[in-house]
Amino acid sequence: MNEEVFQKKIDSEQKIEPKDWMPDGYRKHLIRQISQHAHSEVIGMQPEGKWITRAPSLRAKMILLAKVQDEAGHGLYLYSACETLGITREELNEQLHQGKAKYSSIFNYPTLTWADMGAIGWLVDGAAIINQVSLQKTSYGPYSRGMIRICKEESFHQRQGYEIMTQMTQGTAEQKEMAQDALNRFWWPSIMMFGPHDADSPRTGNAMKWKIKRKTNDELRQNFIDKTVGQADLIGLKIPDPDLKWNEERGSYDFGEVDWDEFWNVVNGNGPCNKQRLNHHRKAHKDGEWVRDAIKAYAEKHK
Amino acid sequence: MQDLEKYILRIADSTLIISHRLSEWCSKGPTLEEDIALANISLDLLGRANALLEYSAKINGNKTANDLAFRRDDREFYNFQLCEQENGHFGDTIIRQFLYDCFSLLFFQELSKSKDETLSAISIKSLKEIKYHLRHTHNWVIRLGDGTETSNQKIQESLNKIWKFTGEFFETDDVDKKIIENKIGVDNKKLKKDWDSLVDKVLTEAKLKKPEDKDMITGSKEGIHTGLLENILSEMQCLPRAYPDAKW
Repeated sequence: MNEEVFQKKIDSEQKIEPKDWMPDGYRKHLIRQISQHAHSEVIGMQPEGKWITRAPSLRAKMILLAKVQDEAGHGLYLYSACETLGITREELNEQLHQGKAKYSSIFNYPTLTWADMGAIGWLVDGAAIINQVSLQKTSYGPYSRGMIRICKEESFHQRQGYEIMTQMTQGTAEQKEMAQDALNRFWWPSIMMFGPHDADSPRTGNAMKWKIKRKTNDELRQNFIDKTVGQADLIGLKIPDPDLKWNEERGSYDFGEVDWDEFWNVVNGNGPCNKQRLNHHRKAHKDGEWVRDAIKAYAEKHK
Repeated sequence: MQDLEKYILRIADSTLIISHRLSEWCSKGPTLEEDIALANISLDLLGRANALLEYSAKINGNKTANDLAFRRDDREFYNFQLCEQENGHFGDTIIRQFLYDCFSLLFFQELSKSKDETLSAISIKSLKEIKYHLRHTHNWVIRLGDGTETSNQKIQESLNKIWKFTGEFFETDDVDKKIIENKIGVDNKKLKKDWDSLVDKVLTEAKLKKPEDKDMITGSKEGIHTGLLENILSEMQCLPRAYPDAKW
């Protein structure tokens, strides 16, 4: 009975709110997806944070600092949305530290040059926006509202990344080389951000039925590629995919096959920076323990 | 270098360097909320440094704000040595920032009355931010001081360690004197009494003991530093130095 009412609500595009009845599977799926999203925002601060102190101009430094601060803010909205499903921040952190919760694999790649700040903004945030725009219509109210806020800021991030790339391609030969190299390294991992093929994504069925996801992995991936190819052409960069070709009939680009062995390898913890990222987060959490204890003790004394 | 140019550069350098230190906290805060707060304060300070460097560059006529930030050596930087001190643990950073915020509040209050319109405008804008920064660090000093025994001990040590660097806030030299006489600059010596009482009030509330003014460090007005500035600059300036022809 409950399930029927729930599905009717979903089918008629009404939002599910925290106190509404929902199937366990729906709740679990949301906790997994939203926390993964929140952890991605927070872990994503590391590869970019590294370059704040090395940004090559005052303007670039201000923009990057503001951007990384935004990411932390997104993490906060998402953790709050996740908490409405009956799980605490401590539990979510614990799951991350134990490796039970995942975050986007893209952040397990290192950032080697300043052009990587461009590539991350342009490609990684670009891919994230494609996903997040579709999630604005997700069926869970708090998640949907969080996405609407986040999307507004992400489009600024994508533009700043593209601006860095443009600047680099118009600069010295060394700068151009850095830009192409960043694209070469970040292209395939960005394509992988959309996850496995629909046929290999066992949870897609329910997620679509419950309207948690509004578009499938493959649809979103195609959408991203179609949008990005022209942007690369415009600034004279070459996308590292020999099979990339416009398909007149489909009105879309055909593209090469992702290296799924690499994808699963990084997802399973064996990417270049998985350990570094998690250890960094664990260390910050541990170093801050005495501070969090002090806040609690102070609050206790001054009740 | 003109006196006014140097006077502004000194204020700008302290702002830029302490902003750099705070930005090093990114992704390392004790809570996500605090990570955001430290980045926010760092960003305010960076904006202020940028405005001041632009003004100093304008007076110079041949340099840009970026030249001043990225193409000077440590001996040509005039920041208070307090600002370059390492982040250490969270309490070390909070104490450093709190002492600097108390100074900044009083300093920019006076500078907002400057006959120089640009300095006055920058100060008025800065004051709004500083009030918020000070509220933030003030709250932390109290919570850490009056939190657990460990937090009290840690932050008392932070205070003892950094105190000797606070003397530089209240120094004046010949450059300052001329700028003060022209009613453009601030007589920092006159700020000491108010600064003491501002700091005393918070330290008492936080159950912390104020260290004595003893063995105070000096020299930043002449570009003398503790060696830590070198590390900051080698990181901060790495790209413009390695690729001098590149435009970023």
